Amino acid sequence: MIRFAELYHALDSTTKTNEKIAAMSSYFAAAPPLDAAWATYFLCGNKLSRLVPNKLLRIWAAEEAAIPDWLFDESYHAVGDLAETLSLVVPPGEMVADESLSTWVEERLQPLRRLDEKTQRERVTEIWRETPSPLRFVVMKLITGAFRVGVSKRLVTRAIAQQSGVSADVVSHRLMGNWKPSKHFFESLVDPDVQDTLASQPYPFCLAHPINVDDGPREIGDASAFVAEWKWDGIRGQVIRRADQTFIWSRGEELMENRWPEIEAAAEHLPDGTVLDGEILAALADGTVLPFAQLQRRIGRKTVGKKLLTEVPVVFHAFDLLEHNGEDIRDQPFDDRRGQLEQLLGDCEHPHLKITELVAGETWDEWAGVRELSRDVNAEGLMLKRKDAPYDVGRVRGTWWKWKVKPYTIDAVLIYAQKGHGKRASLFTDYTFALWDGDQLVPFAKAYSGLDDKEIRQVDRFVRQNTKDTFGPVRSVTPTLVMELAFEGLQRSKRHKSGVATRFPRILRWRHDKQPEDANQLGELLEMLDD
Amino acid sequence: MASILQTTDRGLYCPVGDFYVDPRVPVNRAVVTHAHTDHARWGCRHYLAAQRSEHLLRMRMNDDAEFEFLPYGESISVGGVDISFHPAGHMLGSAQVRLEHRGEVAVVTGDYKLGSDPTCESWEPVPCHLLVTESTFGLPVYRWEPEQVTADAINAWWRESRDAGLCCVLYGYAVGKSQRLLAGLDPSIGTIYTHGAVEKGNEAYRKTDVELPETTFVGSLDRKHDFTGGMVVAVPSANGTPWLRRFGRISTAMASGWMAVRGARRRRAVDRGFVVSDHVDWPSLLKAVELCDPETVWVTHGYSAAVARYLQEIGREACVIDSRTRSENDEDHSQQTIEGEES
Repeated sequence: MIRFAELYHALDSTTKTNEKIAAMSSYFAAAPPLDAAWATYFLCGNKLSRLVPNKLLRIWAAEEAAIPDWLFDESYHAVGDLAETLSLVVPPGEMVADESLSTWVEERLQPLRRLDEKTQRERVTEIWRETPSPLRFVVMKLITGAFRVGVSKRLVTRAIAQQSGVSADVVSHRLMGNWKPSKHFFESLVDPDVQDTLASQPYPFCLAHPINVDDGPREIGDASAFVAEWKWDGIRGQVIRRADQTFIWSRGEELMENRWPEIEAAAEHLPDGTVLDGEILAALADGTVLPFAQLQRRIGRKTVGKKLLTEVPVVFHAFDLLEHNGEDIRDQPFDDRRGQLEQLLGDCEHPHLKITELVAGETWDEWAGVRELSRDVNAEGLMLKRKDAPYDVGRVRGTWWKWKVKPYTIDAVLIYAQKGHGKRASLFTDYTFALWDGDQLVPFAKAYSGLDDKEIRQVDRFVRQNTKDTFGPVRSVTPTLVMELAFEGLQRSKRHKSGVATRFPRILRWRHDKQPEDANQLGELLEMLDD
Repeated sequence: MASILQTTDRGLYCPVGDFYVDPRVPVNRAVVTHAHTDHARWGCRHYLAAQRSEHLLRMRMNDDAEFEFLPYGESISVGGVDISFHPAGHMLGSAQVRLEHRGEVAVVTGDYKLGSDPTCESWEPVPCHLLVTESTFGLPVYRWEPEQVTADAINAWWRESRDAGLCCVLYGYAVGKSQRLLAGLDPSIGTIYTHGAVEKGNEAYRKTDVELPETTFVGSLDRKHDFTGGMVVAVPSANGTPWLRRFGRISTAMASGWMAVRGARRRRAVDRGFVVSDHVDWPSLLKAVELCDPETVWVTHGYSAAVARYLQEIGREACVIDSRTRSENDEDHSQQTIEGEES
């Protein structure tokens, strides 16, 4: 457990990716498989279900520390984290003997849930008396279920891959979905030969590379090697039909249960051993795709009411077939997979489960013309996919390309700046931009990306020298710098002072040639609204 | 008791002797506990302080003032009030001010700590009727490790960073904290450099015969100097400024009592946080009260309300005498300027 606590503190005390991976690799190299399984489980963001009510922990800690409850609460407010407060307020314990992470979890922590209150208290107090503060902090994190340490699942995957020699793609697949930590699990995770079988387990998603909107797709090859599809603006998802059950996963690896009843019902018509990749879209019965804002009304609802079901019906647009008749066919070329997908969905035609149509065309010019119509059909542009390519894991260059429509652009004035995070923490990198409304500058968008390091340093110096006012971390600066901003879409918004919200704003370039008075008017932005 | 000390808008006032202890605004006569500028207020006409704080006070206060210094333990009578200074363990020359008038004794702790510190005299309990205590870290979450443990941790970090080809930058308050940190450093690891404000404090310490390891003022070196493997002791406000660029690849750390809490550590945006404080932690605050055993406790500067309420609950007479609280940004309120940052 000491080693796991050290791993936690090592991860917590650095912001550098390589150091984090190195810390995890060396942990996995030395840990017994069961410990490694639990470590993976926690690092990936999973937690134990509630073991002891927080309220009781507070009361017991106050008594153990011989302080009144109100003083524990004061302390909690000063610290802002329950596990940490518990680890600091109760006097440090004396380490008896170190036990492994899995022994801690399986023999000391998990059994707590089933004990009566009196015994729970005895066990928890015993833990406090046997743990010095840094170790206790990690144990309390496991008990209170708020284990966050600044590593992503992707980083954990890389560390395990690096340490075991199994490719990151395979590790990533094996870590998808719901799994239980066990010796066997971790051994299979790092075993180069084992087969994967869990019914609910999704495949890692293949991601697309962007095509430079100014240069176009010529450099990616000949148009005849590709097919084109609309690039829909919905929710990427995987529909799994195995063992008479349906599972719908989001790209964020969230199992979306009861959220899309129409699609779940439709999926029942699929044969066993089918996995589809596609996009969940809000669409009318006639096939018209609705804007993302409509779909947003259904996002985040655990259950969907009748009214919403009627107003915002959804459809799953399948664009790839990953598993057919129980067989993983990701290695087959796109053309072959598409053929099987057409056959499969031809057999079970359904209003809520459709195949994404290919966009007809044979040359880049032809598709360039079609692409201009994207906004009319509520698409973001075109997807270009190589006909002979397998279904890749992650963002592999060359197989899938997204060719978005040209973004909206506007010239705006930088008015506020704030320091960035992580390695940009010391520099002013987060900017707020404004447009003119008469003689007033009205803030309308925040942008964090688009400048190179040299430009960032120049802006940083400018901010330090031209600060007018400071509000907490935010500096307001003399309106001087003009930048061209790009964004994907516009929506009316009551929360924004400008009355509109921009989607994905970023800096296109620094307009050294423009003075603040040359920036655009808010009215010009509002004209871009297409409602 | 109120005849010896009163709380006023200008700070603690002794009407019998007509002087203030650590006034908040410039006054005629100030008795000061130590040289941090939130206690020794600039602009007073007359200062009375402990002998060992002489160099620091003269360095930081107005030249036109009159200064009077008294060795620890000796007393002087001002308007019938006997004043004496007793070590507070906070920094060089820091003192508890003891006032006695007609058999009534009041002690103002100023800032103090109970642990050992190689750069100043250790705190000693002064029995009294009225104790005025600070409470900067007056919550049970604050509990300091022994001096050696933190010094070892800092040296271990320095050694690791040196081996990784980095330069360490350790932030601590310019006067007091920095010198205590310097005294704990192991000079066999590498060269020790200082920020200008820190070096100025060092001078006063050395003049007072406090032994510090050899230090090199960063500003005395040419721009191309290689700092790899070195240790730069700097003021916290230098973090994130262009001044750091000359050190090349660095690992940064903050030394402060606030570093006991993870959130504060993370907000600082430094690589490491070392829990080093020159204030009493929760257990030692309670211990100090017990040893001095006053009839009344006045609590100030920090988590005053929590400390006063707790003392009341354990049967002591206690009250809050000001509502000022401290934040992690102003442990000592020292005024610091940063060289290299645009003015």
